[in-house]
Amino acid sequence: MLVRIGMGSCGIAAGADVVWKTVEQEFKDYPEVVLQRTGCIGMCYFEPIVDIILTEDLIFTYGGVNEDKIKEIINHHLNCQEPLEKYLLASKDFLTKQNRIALRNSGIIDPENIDQYIEKGGYEALKKCLFDLKPEEVIEEVKISGLRGRGGAGFPTWRKWEATRQEKSDKKFVICNADEGDPGAFMDRSILESDPHALLEGMIIAGYAIGADTGIIYVRAEYPLAVKRLEIAISQAEKKGFLGSNIWGSNFSFSIQLKQGAGAFVCGEETALIASVEGERGMPRLKPPFPSQKGLWGMPTNINNVETLANIPWIIRNGGMAFAALGTETSKGTKVFALAGKVKRGGLVEIPMGMTLREIIFDIGGGIRDDKKIKAVQLGGPSGGCIPEELLDTPVDYESITCTGAIMGSGGMIVLDETTCMVDIARFFLDFTQKESCGKCVPCRIGTKRMLEILERICEGKGVKEDIELLESLALEIKSASLCGLGQSAPNPVLTTIKYFRHEYESHIEDKKCPAKSCKALITYNINPEKCKGCGICAKRCPVNCIKGEIKQPHVIIQDECIKCGTCLNVCPPRFKAVQVL
Amino acid sequence: MSCCCGGKDSVPARLSSGQVDLSLLEDVLKVYREEKGSLITVLQKTQEIYGFLPTEALHYIAASLGVKPAKVWGVATFYTQFRLTPIGKYLILLCQGTACHVNGAKQIETALCQELNIKVGDTTEDGLFTLENAACLGCCSLAPVMMINGQAYGPLTPDKAVQIIRDIYKKDKFAVGEGE
Repeated sequence: MLVRIGMGSCGIAAGADVVWKTVEQEFKDYPEVVLQRTGCIGMCYFEPIVDIILTEDLIFTYGGVNEDKIKEIINHHLNCQEPLEKYLLASKDFLTKQNRIALRNSGIIDPENIDQYIEKGGYEALKKCLFDLKPEEVIEEVKISGLRGRGGAGFPTWRKWEATRQEKSDKKFVICNADEGDPGAFMDRSILESDPHALLEGMIIAGYAIGADTGIIYVRAEYPLAVKRLEIAISQAEKKGFLGSNIWGSNFSFSIQLKQGAGAFVCGEETALIASVEGERGMPRLKPPFPSQKGLWGMPTNINNVETLANIPWIIRNGGMAFAALGTETSKGTKVFALAGKVKRGGLVEIPMGMTLREIIFDIGGGIRDDKKIKAVQLGGPSGGCIPEELLDTPVDYESITCTGAIMGSGGMIVLDETTCMVDIARFFLDFTQKESCGKCVPCRIGTKRMLEILERICEGKGVKEDIELLESLALEIKSASLCGLGQSAPNPVLTTIKYFRHEYESHIEDKKCPAKSCKALITYNINPEKCKGCGICAKRCPVNCIKGEIKQPHVIIQDECIKCGTCLNVCPPRFKAVQVL
Repeated sequence: MSCCCGGKDSVPARLSSGQVDLSLLEDVLKVYREEKGSLITVLQKTQEIYGFLPTEALHYIAASLGVKPAKVWGVATFYTQFRLTPIGKYLILLCQGTACHVNGAKQIETALCQELNIKVGDTTEDGLFTLENAACLGCCSLAPVMMINGQAYGPLTPDKAVQIIRDIYKKDKFAVGEGE
């Protein structure tokens, strides 16, 4: 019996390591129980996940496993081939509607074991490139595939490669941008943790295609497990001779180094990333010259995102046509999304381009939590925008998403329900971009600050009528005058929320009301005297002692003293539901 | 990950007189002195040693690498990972990602600030807890999430978060009481 435990960051956060240790200790005298570590299958809502594999056809997936459950499950399977229904994954919809290319091995192989990657056809694409294909032919295959940069902007990958290849230089670099900074996006982390060799193989192929001998992975220091697994993968690939000088006697040499980022969102921008790799403050510079002309240390440099590179080995092995057969006319292949927020089944989903947002959220994600009503979906993080419910039938491809005012982005997909205030969401993202602005150019540094101030005052009920127009004009100026992508896209969350949810801005400004009942300054907590049974729990828990009342008598909140922390609402027993938000 | 566990290793390196033992940097500088563009890596290693970046160390690094102190200072203040003040024994990173935000990270923050009686960015008087915000910890499906010395906790409610802090506090006091 193979016991396969999902040990990605989210699995471990949910308690996978406790499950692992339990199996190790409890079943150490059972030689038939074999433990295997794997990365993340993407069903984060179901973590910790354990697969029990009895034979090739008898695989059972259990979720929400803890110490006691795993003992029960293994003991059950020691003498029974039938599944233990009560802990079993109920619906396979989450996985069956997906089409996994970048995530092909995630959650299946042990990311710390190169042999398992090789068994799945790993490094065959590299072999094919080095011995059967000229660099130009590799680029041609990528061109046929129609692959576009998965980091957000969607620039055709082959063109970047071609441009870097055309440059004449003794030294060229391939950089993998693994500085996944969008709050709400974790696709790249999952690939790094679950299938690091796919990235390494993609990088080596990129190096071969453009004529580079050095690769650098710029990875967030906030991803310690990804860093560890990359280190292991690099050393295993070196030992096998897939990395190093004269790989398989082909005369092609390639090495890969790790550089840890130090926490700056702007370093996702290519020129800022290069400055950071050089040990400087991560500030962008004007383009051109593009990195393909003058990049790291002034040398031609090709920068690709993790997901882009992880697709490459699959494309080479199966042919560009196979990849291009998926997706839409202009957006080929698949895209990974990190589905989170108010959705029932959150996690990583890889779908063919062209699927609608509604299918992703409802068919794969299972709909909205607590059966609330969906209000919008946020795509593309701080550079993206909010797409309202009525546009959920928009197909996911670069052009259609851009038409809505959002961007495809790196793949963060946050579902918002009726309790989310859209002005507050805009404020939240502006707060983020304003803090992360590197400060080099004025429109971004000062413009985002001014926009944030306006949004803050609207949320506080101090907005004035002209604020919406002021926001719009500032937004356009920042977009057109900022130096880099951070500033150029920072106003998107504001513009899309004004476009689709103008009425929410207006009720904050004119009626001094927050329709979602989320902005603190615009709501009050009240106790309904008819429902309150006077249990006194709220009065006891109120941090500022502003709830008064005799026991078994209706209580009252002294509004002047209330700090609106919401504790009373949270602690009022559900059978009373006496605390209301007005 | 030095940004999360820096506090754990920092205690032996901090001298009681408040002075910084710069000789601890020698091994790091030996490896990276000749490497082009290694300033960020050197600062990361320095923070692993001391738990933060002492001013003396920044000057020492500048002199050793042959760059101006202003440049070292510029890099150290640009990146959020770097800290110029010591942190508590337990570093609480409260995730402020989008998923956490819409699932109530603010309420968690309010509850933690009340419990610890500090503001975000500060350390408790007993030097036990530092509370900081993190842009995104990448555990979005566990939202809202916090990470304490590298261990993630979620999904949180204000009560759960406070209970976790109290448990750590108790455990720590108990361990001290046992003479550990």
